[in-house]
Amino acid sequence: MIIQTLAFYAFAAVTVGAAVMVISARNPVHSVLFLILAFFNAAGLFVLMGAEFIAMILVIVYVGAVAVLFLFVVMMLDINFVELRQGFLQYLPIGALVGLVLLAELVLIFGSWIVSADAGGQAASPIPALTETTNTHALGQVLYTDYVFLFQGAGLILLVAMIGAIVLTLRSRDGVKRQRIGAQIARTREESVEIKQVEPGSGV
Amino acid sequence: MMEIGLSHYLTVAAILFTLGIFGIFLNRKNVIIILMSIELILLAVNINLVAFSVHLGDLVGQVFALLVLAIAAAEAAIGLAVIVVYFRNRGSIAVEDINLMKG
Amino acid sequence: MYALAIFLPLIGAVLAGFFGHWLKPRGAQIVTCGCMLLSAVIACVILAEVALGHAPRTIELFSWINSGAFEVNWTLRFDTLTAVMVFVVTVVSSMVHVYSVGYMSHDPHIQRFMAYLGFFTFFMLMLVSADNLLQMFFGWEGVGLCSYLLIGFWYEKPEANAAAIKAFVVNRVGDFGFALGIMGVFLMFNSISFETIFAAAPGKADATIQFLGYEAHAMTTLCVLLFIGAMGKSAQLGLHTWLPDAMEGPTPVSALIHAATMVTAGVFMVARLSPLFEHAPGALMMVTIVGATTALFAATVALCQTDIKRVIAYSTCSQLGYMFFACGVSAYSAGIFHLTTHAFFKALLFLGAGSVIHAMSSEQDMRKMGGIWKMIPLTYTLMWIGSLALAGVPFFSGFYSKDIIIEAAFGAHSGVGIYAFWMGIIAAILTAFYSWRLIIMTFHGESRADEKTLAHVHESPKVMIIPLLVLAAGAIFAGWLGYEYFVGHDMKAFWGDSLYVLPGKHPIEAAHHVPGWVKLLPIVVAIVGILAAYYAYMMNKDLPGKIAARFQGTYKFLLNKWYFDELYDFLFVRPAHRLGRNLWKDGDGAVIDGLGPDGVASVARYLAERVARLQSGFVYHYAFAMLIGVAGIVTWYLFTSAG
Repeated sequence: MIIQTLAFYAFAAVTVGAAVMVISARNPVHSVLFLILAFFNAAGLFVLMGAEFIAMILVIVYVGAVAVLFLFVVMMLDINFVELRQGFLQYLPIGALVGLVLLAELVLIFGSWIVSADAGGQAASPIPALTETTNTHALGQVLYTDYVFLFQGAGLILLVAMIGAIVLTLRSRDGVKRQRIGAQIARTREESVEIKQVEPGSGV
Repeated sequence: MMEIGLSHYLTVAAILFTLGIFGIFLNRKNVIIILMSIELILLAVNINLVAFSVHLGDLVGQVFALLVLAIAAAEAAIGLAVIVVYFRNRGSIAVEDINLMKG
Repeated sequence: MYALAIFLPLIGAVLAGFFGHWLKPRGAQIVTCGCMLLSAVIACVILAEVALGHAPRTIELFSWINSGAFEVNWTLRFDTLTAVMVFVVTVVSSMVHVYSVGYMSHDPHIQRFMAYLGFFTFFMLMLVSADNLLQMFFGWEGVGLCSYLLIGFWYEKPEANAAAIKAFVVNRVGDFGFALGIMGVFLMFNSISFETIFAAAPGKADATIQFLGYEAHAMTTLCVLLFIGAMGKSAQLGLHTWLPDAMEGPTPVSALIHAATMVTAGVFMVARLSPLFEHAPGALMMVTIVGATTALFAATVALCQTDIKRVIAYSTCSQLGYMFFACGVSAYSAGIFHLTTHAFFKALLFLGAGSVIHAMSSEQDMRKMGGIWKMIPLTYTLMWIGSLALAGVPFFSGFYSKDIIIEAAFGAHSGVGIYAFWMGIIAAILTAFYSWRLIIMTFHGESRADEKTLAHVHESPKVMIIPLLVLAAGAIFAGWLGYEYFVGHDMKAFWGDSLYVLPGKHPIEAAHHVPGWVKLLPIVVAIVGILAAYYAYMMNKDLPGKIAARFQGTYKFLLNKWYFDELYDFLFVRPAHRLGRNLWKDGDGAVIDGLGPDGVASVARYLAERVARLQSGFVYHYAFAMLIGVAGIVTWYLFTSAG
């Protein structure tokens, strides 16, 4: 129990700290790195909760793909170091106030939430006991049967996102040499070869 | 304090959520920070979903979190593509330079 | 055919007015004069048939208003009174039309002038031939409008414009009374048609009406209101200020409108409404007093005027006073008789003055005239004829009509009648005096004009002389010819039902039976006046100047027309101007515009500027706004749904 408590507080503290650094770091590369750190620790939190599949997916997809993508873009674009400008402080009081109000309300709600007694019995897909199946197994059993439409829908969205990203960013540059396979194959002998009578010893 | 219960996880998620919100409008540097803040928000939501799923013993929460993950990835990809194209056209992604919508 | 007499001037005016461009000046003149002369011929026929032949007629044209109990039709009434008026109006108007061909020959806007004259004549004829009060009011307003147009004919002159507006506005004050009177009549009688009103009048003799919170004698109230209208139109004391200024218009206009026809509309109205006035003794008293006082007032002012037209204008004002006090003592036929003769000799005087002005190259100030009687003998003779008729010298027309009026005033044997009698006598002296003052100053003695003007003095062309001759014939013979019919033995048969006098009152008979000295006095007085003028202006030339210097206060008082204009300016014009200015600048400008359009616009702009700042173009601003919204919604939910 104590280990879990400690682990929880450790993971939670680092996550929150990393999140604060994400938004206040001066160097954008640092921001991305701190984001990665936050993700890792959030994965740790997930493991603590008992949803290890989600945790691993978080690491693989979020960190391995999304954060790396962020890093690519940050490095690709010409981003300057920007000092903390005056304007930042202008909104800080009001923003802080509003944010704190929101935070306080959320905490208030969560703290006083009374879960109804028979909520547990109304689960749509009850989690099977750990002795029977692993988390991954259980998810798999549910995902491809009851929620297959949602699953396919998510896949479609990913497809659309991929197409969209390609369409947005693809451009053809002048001066880049490319192969045009079709033209290569369609070349005829007449176009490409010319027989020249050369006098011996005269050269071409 | 000792017993880690539902409300602890929810509090962490709330703090992350608020930080994400801060990041959107308190940043004066560049637009990528905004996208990262959005990722933070989505992370906070995921924590919420999984916490409830575990607490109520319902796998639906985790399925939902999985789908949110997929959507977040797609959205990050598109967002970054837009930023890249914007940078190509305008030459800058400093927040203060993006004000063509000024009315 | 009777209707044609009324509408021919309108046709001529429409043709000249709207097609004048194609008709060219000559065509417009021919069309209008032709229509007028034809109308005058028909008028003679009407006079013969209706008045002399004793055959009155009513011609209904078509219906106008039909609204509940209020029913008005366009109807022409031809009884003796109408026939006499139509005759006078058409004859004088046609003479003025022909005269204008010559007088206005150098004017660039001949077609417009002739058209206006024709329109005026039409409205005047409508006025006199109306069979109900609304139609009469239509004609009344129409002649007012044409008077405005004609006084301001030379609209580039600012004085002409001002005079035209003054005439219209002062008339309007009278018209307000007239309109109230018409409404009161409708209230009392439930109709405004003359037939109905006249038949019902005796029955309402003692009725009362609510007026300004008081229970007043109905007939008196109505007649007083109607008389106020007449005062405005006929330039009686109080509403007379517009008449002298109206001389800014061309001389033919002065002759037609301000001598013979329009200003007599008030007298006509009182005579026409005699069935009503007879039942309102209080109103008749007011008529007598106002008329008599005006007669004296105008004569005193005419003594000191230096503009030839203004003298004749005040003379008109004075003679109108005579006509009114004649009606006031119930001698309506005498009033109309004087109206007829006056039309002829006053028009003659005005047109003659026009000839003088024409001869003197547009000079109107008598102080710059003199010594021209040998150069324009015909005009001189005609002015003499007109003045003799005006002064009431025997056998000229004015003598017959003026004398019967003075006799009737005396014969009424009432307080107001005697007052009117003496006013009339004094005014007669003054009339003779200023008429000869005019003749002597204009034609006799050493010429005070400059060389260039004197060289130019010439007799007017035939087209201007012939109308003068026709009018002169009227001035000489109209009185003698008409005496028996108007006020003599054939009176009853002639007038028929058109004039009403209460049974038991015989003003004309009483006039005939006054003592001998009363009959002689006007003649004596006229001759005294003429001799006095001769003395003062021909023999003892310094006398007028010495008297003026000795009685400076009186002289100034008379010269400045009893300071009426200044009084009105102080009492009415300046306050009205100030009120208008205040309402405009403060009321309209500051309050209404400030709260309304301007105020709303500036508030809208202010708000819009504030709101536009929200659209800064920065996404994070928008996100911030969204956050505030979210926080707000959550807070609201917290507090409303059992938080």
